[in-house]
Amino acid sequence: MVVQHPKIAFRDLKVRYGEKTALEGINLEVAKNEILGIIGPAGSGKTSLLRVLNRTLQNTPGAKVTGDVRIDGEDIHRMRDVSGLRRRIGMVAPLPVGLPMSVYDNVAFAPRMAGVTDKKVLDGVVERCLRQAALWEEVEKRLGDLGTKLSGGQQQRLTIARALSHSPEILCLDEFSIAIDPVTTMRIEEVLKELRKHMTIFLVTNLVQQARRLADRTAFLLLGELVEVGPTEEVFGRNPRDRRTFDYVHGIFG
Amino acid sequence: MGVFATSATARRRHRTQKLAFVVLLGVTVLLILPVLAILGMLVYRGAPALSLEFLFSEPVRGMTAGGIWPAIVGTMWLVGVSLAISAPIGVLAAVYLNEYAGDTWYTRVIHLAIVNLAGVPSIVHALFGVGAFVLFFEFGTSILSASLTLAIMTLPVIIASTKESLSAVPMSFREACWNVGATRWQTIRHVVLPNSIAGILTGVILQVSRAAGETAPIIFTGAAVFVPFLPSSVNDQTMALSMHLFTLSTQVQNVPQEITYGTALVLVGLVVLINGVSIVIRSRIRRRRKW
Ligand SMILES: Nc1ncnc2c1ncn2[C@@H]1O[C@H](COP(=O)(O)OP(=O)(O)O)[C@@H](O)[C@H]1O
Ligand SMILES: [Mg+2]
Repeated sequence: MVVQHPKIAFRDLKVRYGEKTALEGINLEVAKNEILGIIGPAGSGKTSLLRVLNRTLQNTPGAKVTGDVRIDGEDIHRMRDVSGLRRRIGMVAPLPVGLPMSVYDNVAFAPRMAGVTDKKVLDGVVERCLRQAALWEEVEKRLGDLGTKLSGGQQQRLTIARALSHSPEILCLDEFSIAIDPVTTMRIEEVLKELRKHMTIFLVTNLVQQARRLADRTAFLLLGELVEVGPTEEVFGRNPRDRRTFDYVHGIFG
Repeated sequence: MGVFATSATARRRHRTQKLAFVVLLGVTVLLILPVLAILGMLVYRGAPALSLEFLFSEPVRGMTAGGIWPAIVGTMWLVGVSLAISAPIGVLAAVYLNEYAGDTWYTRVIHLAIVNLAGVPSIVHALFGVGAFVLFFEFGTSILSASLTLAIMTLPVIIASTKESLSAVPMSFREACWNVGATRWQTIRHVVLPNSIAGILTGVILQVSRAAGETAPIIFTGAAVFVPFLPSSVNDQTMALSMHLFTLSTQVQNVPQEITYGTALVLVGLVVLINGVSIVIRSRIRRRRKW
């Protein structure tokens, strides 16, 4: 399926860590305001794909990226301002990372680093993002507490709030529900349905049903190969294009 | 029979554990005893010499009487100047190595050099100091040469301990910062350094106390047996506590014992004080630890 005017396009992407190939021959286009589910067993290269996009992979010693990655038609590897690129992308890692500073400072960190100093603006950003991450009610009274002292589920929502704090166009969620309970997960899923109106979302998930619930299209990665990508109903249906996809989403995997 | 067997093993295991505990305790006591004995003797023999006059006056009559003020001031000069050189260079080098430099052959060579330099005996640093600073750069025997030698001696250890403190900050913190568009330097400045500064300071301060106690690196590079004035610039020679103690105990006859022990007590007191400060700092960050 060809996407008209893709928001993001990967062409012939290849990622290697030293001698080891983590991703190869990836051709993938993502439409604006789409939720793209990415599923696949551990070690398939899901995280590597996201880290290519925001160019944090280049900070990993030994990692090599070849191929062409474009956002709005612009080659990300030619962008001079890496920080600017990263501010267009919100990234949520699998394990919650509260920075060792207050809840408020965690969310205000990105705008501050981008040069925002106006307290009113910062207050606004903090409240908006914490509300979007379904955390505001729980921390409203303790914005000065250390982010690292929140519970695991709260820290994960704090991470999401931080990922939203620089108003990204693209949101990457990497197995975000690994450390949180089902109820919180459902709340965040509701939030995502709201956010998709403004953002393009990569939803990497180890819960295949989560992709089924939320994703417009789903991509199946296996050992660095993009086995298939298609409309979610098709991937989860009786006749996906590849037999391996069927086996994986239906749990018949040896 | 099973029951008996188990309880016998359990009892034996219990006895082994108890024995191990006693042995460990014994070893610990053995380690502490000499330290206490030395301190006790120093206080016992040296305390009578301590007085404001002893601390704040010059030695007189061929150092067989009077005080140690020039040596105290000299040690402060040496420690201060060497610290002003080695702390910034050491910390910056460690930041570069830990946060910027990749794992390449030349960073590995640098790392190897640091580890080896940290293990070089101080007398070797002293010889290097004479060759490099006193003779080649023609700084002469001066506070500058002696401090540079001390700085060279402490630098590798400061780099190593700073690197260790920096790498104790979890990688996930850095990644979280990069993910929101913070630059490497912003990440270091706002997250890595604030969370490692106490450990860095501890390492630096321990090297200060080491520099204060060493004699070999300063003996040929800038410390003198007796200087009749206080240093006024880094080009002067100076007395120093460690050097003074060496002189009193080996070079001069008829020194009243209490003066020698008093000098040693002041030197050890200074080192203990400095180490005490570093322990306080360390325990304070442990309490403030944020993750
Ligand atoms: N920093 C790294 N160094 C070396 N190999 C890595 C590194 N990160 C990931 N890999 C390897 O790349 C492959 C893909 O990893 P990853 O992208 O984390 O997959 P996933 O997120 O799907 O579990 C795995 O085989 C993994 O071992
Ligand atoms: Mg992963």
